[in-house]
Amino acid sequence: MWFIKNAITRKNLMALTGLFLCFFLVIHLLGNLQLLLAPDKAQLQYNLYSDFLSNNILIKIISYVLYASILAHTIDSIYLTIKAKKASGSPYVRDRRNRASKWYARQMMLLGTIVFAFLVIHLKNFWFTYKFGILPADANGNKDLYGLVVNSFQDLWYVIFYSIAILALGFHLLHGFFSAFRSLGLYHPTYDKLVKSIGVLFALAITAGYVIIPFYIYLNL
Amino acid sequence: MKIHLKIWRQKDQKAKGKLESYSLNEVDAKMSFLEMLDMLNLQLAKKGERPVEFDHDCREGICGQCGVMINGIAHGPLKKTTTCQLHMRSFKNGDTIYVEPFKSKAFPIIRDLKVDRSSFDEIIAAGGYISVNTGQAPEANSIPITHEEAESAFNSAACIGCGACVATCKNASAALFTSAKITQFANLPQGKKESKQRTVNMVNRMEELDFGHCTNTEACQVECPQDISVLNIARMNYEYNKAKLTK
Ligand code: HEM
Ligand code: FES
Repeated sequence: MWFIKNAITRKNLMALTGLFLCFFLVIHLLGNLQLLLAPDKAQLQYNLYSDFLSNNILIKIISYVLYASILAHTIDSIYLTIKAKKASGSPYVRDRRNRASKWYARQMMLLGTIVFAFLVIHLKNFWFTYKFGILPADANGNKDLYGLVVNSFQDLWYVIFYSIAILALGFHLLHGFFSAFRSLGLYHPTYDKLVKSIGVLFALAITAGYVIIPFYIYLNL
Repeated sequence: MKIHLKIWRQKDQKAKGKLESYSLNEVDAKMSFLEMLDMLNLQLAKKGERPVEFDHDCREGICGQCGVMINGIAHGPLKKTTTCQLHMRSFKNGDTIYVEPFKSKAFPIIRDLKVDRSSFDEIIAAGGYISVNTGQAPEANSIPITHEEAESAFNSAACIGCGACVATCKNASAALFTSAKITQFANLPQGKKESKQRTVNMVNRMEELDFGHCTNTEACQVECPQDISVLNIARMNYEYNKAKLTK
């Protein structure tokens, strides 16, 4: 990737990987909404679902695309951000340029970094433990990932940490969703407006969906 | 009215610049911002000091020469207005006004408020024209074009190349400028013929110069004196991808 000098091509890559991650967020959320079912039902169903995912070859392929997307997206964002820093020259003594844009649009790198830190912790806690750690089995003999999730969210700090990360992701998407379409070349005014509105709804839905789960578990289970 | 100024003074490209303070006592609200600077320069000249250098040409908002940062905003607080069209009535008696040059790596400071924007010229030289043989003006109606297309091309062509977009962009991106020039031609029948090559050449030239990328913050359009639409940038991306994919 280092050989792609061109920023438009690089932004296409960011946009495509970003949109793939958006797609993944939807699928991941739909799966996780099973956590909100009645506890005895949720446990068996969620563990069965997890078992199915980790043994499915198609899911395996998609998961590699996912890891590659996260890496490509992150490396690209660092490259472009450094290049932009170099291009902007010495700072203004008096700088009120931020009146012209939204803070979350200017802070995509910060928001992305929070999301990245979250991903590392998130993967270590659930994915790594599920794959390589020792988990008790449920009544069906499947690894009890459900139990692990419920236990994790008994800690209020963990719930708060989660919510902050999801909020950062929400703002990342609030700018990122429509920005991706622009980067790919959607210039028609009507469709641009449409995509902007869809982006707002998407960011809201993803944020709400992912925040509800830890709070529901903390308060009810 | 009384106006306090903090103006960036820098002897040449290599020198270290800094803000200097000045005060003017009899500024008229009807003066343009540049006339106010003229007044300051007259005073400096009388005292035998070096006047503040700044760029300007038409003083009627069409040449794009006069851009400076006024209180941290390109062309000052008034939207859709160039520095030369900004008047002192936009300020209050006793105000302190910070005046700095556009700062970005691609626009080196020549002296004081004057910057070298020839990187824009280089982008234009890479393809911002239509190759035709000169001669008699052709019959105007020989190439049909719809009113909408003509208007849309004209909206893009309204860019005066002042550089406020680069100065405003957190990434110092020239995307708005370059895309306006690309779109202007891509919309016209005369420009369509060379569209692919033009887009690729201009984008590549822009990439070689010291500009950053576009993050779609849309700040450039907000501070653009001509209100050039950010959708031009999406159009440039589209034209560039099309050129690359259908090579
Ligand atoms: C689930 C995770 C993520 C999703 C769904 C996502 C989505 C997106 C999308 C759709 C865009 C817009 C692309 C464009 O403007 O063309 C974007 C931009 C961006 N992302 Fe992410 N992203 C994620 C994670 C990350 C991470 C981990 C980082 C970095 C540490 C990051 C850094 C950035 C940056 C800096 C931009 C702005 C690029 C620019 O300067 O234009 N993102 N993201
Ligand atoms: S001097 Fe020509 S636009 Fe201001």
